[in-house]
Amino acid sequence: MNFTMPNIAPALPEIFILSMACLILVVDLFLQDRQRVITYLLTQLTLVVGFVLVVMDFSQGRVLTFSDTFVRDPMADILKACIFIAGFVTFTYSRDYLQRRQIYKGEFFVLGLFAILGMMILTSAHNFLTIYLGLELLSLSLYAMVAMQRDSVTASEAAMKYFILGAIASGMLLYGISMIYGVTGTLDLAEVAQQIPGSEKQLLLTFGLVFLIVGIAFKLGAVPFHMWVPDVYHGAATPTTLFIGSAPKIAAFAMLMRLLVDGLGGLHAQWQDILVILAVLSMGVGNIVAIAQSNIKRMLAYSTISHVGFLLLGVLTGTAEGYAAAMFYTLSYVLMTLGGFGMIILLSREGFEADKLDDFKGLNQRSPWFAFMMLIVMFSMAGVPPFIGFWAKLSVLKEIVAADMVWLAVVAVIFSIIGAFYYLRVIRLMYFDKPQDTSRLEMSLDMRLLLSANGLSVLLIGVFPGTLMALCLAALSGA
Amino acid sequence: MFSDWPLLSLVIWTPILGGLLVLTTGSDKQAPLARLTALFWSVVTFLISIPLYTDFETGTAAMQFTERHEWIGSWGVFYHLGVDGISMPLILLTTFMTVLVVIAGWEVIKERVAQYMSAFLIMEGLMNGVFAALDAALFYVFWEAMLIPMFIIIGVWGGPNRIYATIKFFLYTFFGSVFMLVALLYLYFQSDSFAILDFHQQALGMTPQLLIFLAFLVAFAVKVPMWPVHTWLPDAHVEAPTGGSVILAAIMLKLGAYGFLRFSLPITPDASQELAWLMITLSLIAVVYIGFVALVQQDMKKLIAYSSISHMGFVTLGFFIAWQIYANTGSYEGAAMGISGGIVQMISHGFISGAMFLCVGVLYDRLHSREINDYGGVVNTMPVFAAFMVLFAMANAGLPGTSGFVGEFMVILSSFKANFWYAFLAALTLILGAAYTLWMVKRVIFGAVANDKVAALQDIGRREFLILAILAVAVLLLGIWPAPLLEVMDASVENLLLHMTQSKVIP
Repeated sequence: MNFTMPNIAPALPEIFILSMACLILVVDLFLQDRQRVITYLLTQLTLVVGFVLVVMDFSQGRVLTFSDTFVRDPMADILKACIFIAGFVTFTYSRDYLQRRQIYKGEFFVLGLFAILGMMILTSAHNFLTIYLGLELLSLSLYAMVAMQRDSVTASEAAMKYFILGAIASGMLLYGISMIYGVTGTLDLAEVAQQIPGSEKQLLLTFGLVFLIVGIAFKLGAVPFHMWVPDVYHGAATPTTLFIGSAPKIAAFAMLMRLLVDGLGGLHAQWQDILVILAVLSMGVGNIVAIAQSNIKRMLAYSTISHVGFLLLGVLTGTAEGYAAAMFYTLSYVLMTLGGFGMIILLSREGFEADKLDDFKGLNQRSPWFAFMMLIVMFSMAGVPPFIGFWAKLSVLKEIVAADMVWLAVVAVIFSIIGAFYYLRVIRLMYFDKPQDTSRLEMSLDMRLLLSANGLSVLLIGVFPGTLMALCLAALSGA
Repeated sequence: MFSDWPLLSLVIWTPILGGLLVLTTGSDKQAPLARLTALFWSVVTFLISIPLYTDFETGTAAMQFTERHEWIGSWGVFYHLGVDGISMPLILLTTFMTVLVVIAGWEVIKERVAQYMSAFLIMEGLMNGVFAALDAALFYVFWEAMLIPMFIIIGVWGGPNRIYATIKFFLYTFFGSVFMLVALLYLYFQSDSFAILDFHQQALGMTPQLLIFLAFLVAFAVKVPMWPVHTWLPDAHVEAPTGGSVILAAIMLKLGAYGFLRFSLPITPDASQELAWLMITLSLIAVVYIGFVALVQQDMKKLIAYSSISHMGFVTLGFFIAWQIYANTGSYEGAAMGISGGIVQMISHGFISGAMFLCVGVLYDRLHSREINDYGGVVNTMPVFAAFMVLFAMANAGLPGTSGFVGEFMVILSSFKANFWYAFLAALTLILGAAYTLWMVKRVIFGAVANDKVAALQDIGRREFLILAILAVAVLLLGIWPAPLLEVMDASVENLLLHMTQSKVIP
């Protein structure tokens, strides 16, 4: 049996992150609690170096390696770079919070790194097995992260729910994969794509597709598979929620693209209809139920569900421009989510979570600057120009209209109007009401700076959205 | 001499950057500095906008002072600005009113002064952007972004029921605009460009035209506002601080009417003609029915708010009778008079409603009541103020010699050429307008001194005198000598009519 060494160069960032995660795990064993900052700094350094590795060697074309199970293309590179940024921001926001609650443990960062590794593998997967591998690595790390706050009842409950529902979703996904494997006899995405048009077993393929989509919809949190989202977002510690809400969405988008477009592109007609239903339901349920929430983490969870609906709209067009719009939507969603949860962390302090909507009352009098940042994020989520969220919505709507589905665009805008209401409510609490709590905001300087940069980038990319849009389009026009 | 300058960019970005500078003055300890900075930037912006008028070439309908830079390359979105005879006067109105609003808020606003001033300056820039934008995406960005400062202004500095009012205001207008967005996207795919002027040339079938027209109608009718989507306006007006009411009435309402001129009429002329009956009906309902509603109001701000809706009915009436006049007379002249009348009414209403709200603001600052019943005999204690208020009330009622007369008269006159009954109903407003305005003035200003509070009133100070005097001059000047305004818009209106009367349906 011959063994040829695979070309490991394309997977260099993954290998680096893996080695560093193991190294940090070991190093952390020898650290005392007050030296934990070393773990933190090493983690951040890992992410920075990983970012540099990806950006330095930015791929122009498509490189396959490891017997074609791993692909590196521009889309993967851009998404990975964004995952690193999101991870970096998350960890920066988390540090103070974790420290104050005695959950400032090395495991948080190591698990985070493994989750990021899982996302990277997912992003670069070119085989059903690689997809499953990446997904499980990501999910298992996330379950553990949610459960880390083991004294908290809500967190344990959330971890349990997340784990069980996640396991069901993985099962669905595997079942779908097995059906498709049964028809095509291969797990390689490109080969599957080749076999589909000629296959006589279209019905079986469609069944497999349905199970695949159910699995993806679970992971994305699209209605009617969204039940875990509010509970997990609510129950987990805010930094964990921030982590779950941000980077994994990028990976989930990648998974969607790899499975549906790279693998099952030939079944576009079938999955388009399914996605239409998922998208409309997600936008509807997400936006309407969010209005009834009094906890901002739950509110943002439902808002996430509605954003997922919008994201699906971009994908279901089936055009490169549509995918690019969905990608732009994902990236801007992540940027806004980081800002939104970052603000919750900023307002929290020991023994106080700041996760009630009422905790935002009168923020403008306590800190006009951060109230302004939250205003930017909220208006952006509502899709009001000139913020990035507007362009994200517009680009998706534009592709929907281009695909001759004007009615769907009208449905989408109606739900956006409904959605605007609860975002406005946050602004109303911050600006129009008197503060209930007048204590000073006491987060560290680096977090304040990064959060400001985060808010301003929502505005600045909103004023000059051209570059990011062009980048997304370039990444996907080859796909 | 200014023709090489990017004047339009300056009138957009100077106030926005100025507003951000004002924000940096921070807490209320530095309120005087915030006020002065805000005044400085608003005056600078007004001065910058003057060359737009002096250097304007009246003979042409082409866009002037144009600027065009690539903005979003992959979509073909341009930062494209330009004005014609219709938008230029509105920009001047905006820069002019903002100066007055800044002065009007001078001593009245004591809390979070920097944020107040900065919100008005930023809004000024955004409104100028709406009037100057020639790219649909750019237009939409300004159009929506403008809601943010207004939302904050009403919500933070407004009256007791401000939160309900401001959220209603935001959601109503947001609701209207998103349909316009879908229509703009559709047009983008038809004409492969976001340029509004390309939309004007785009041939469209009748069904798309009707749908686009309705989408635009939702957006603009809410803004104008037309009956029956007007209900946000009385709420917003009543709760907004004086400055907010002034900007709302004087400029924001004009945006809807401007939208009809720039989008609905030239882009979907056939649908507009087809549905002109609907628009005329809605306009007449606004003029007559809302006039009656105004008659029974007890709250002065509400009364003026309803009178605004009624007056804006004239504007839309003037626009949509054009085809009937053209069909009846065969010449553009009468139709042009209707449209020009509508535009004059827009400008004049800007001055008059602004002035009326300022007058109510003057009273409100002293007695903290807007109820008509709480006043009476104000003339005895505030004679100078009473003189101004009576003048503006006369203008609001459309007395000849004031600007209110010019626009209404032109619209009524041209509606005679369309249909006698239109003219008859529209002319009712002269009676109704006189009734509700003058009745209010009678109850507030004249008669015996109503109570001790009125007896203790102080007449207006120098600052208030200055604002009202400037507006009085503007109202009279436009009333006696409207020719400069009419000259400016002539060519553009004629060009607009050309678009309106050419069918775009692909045969």
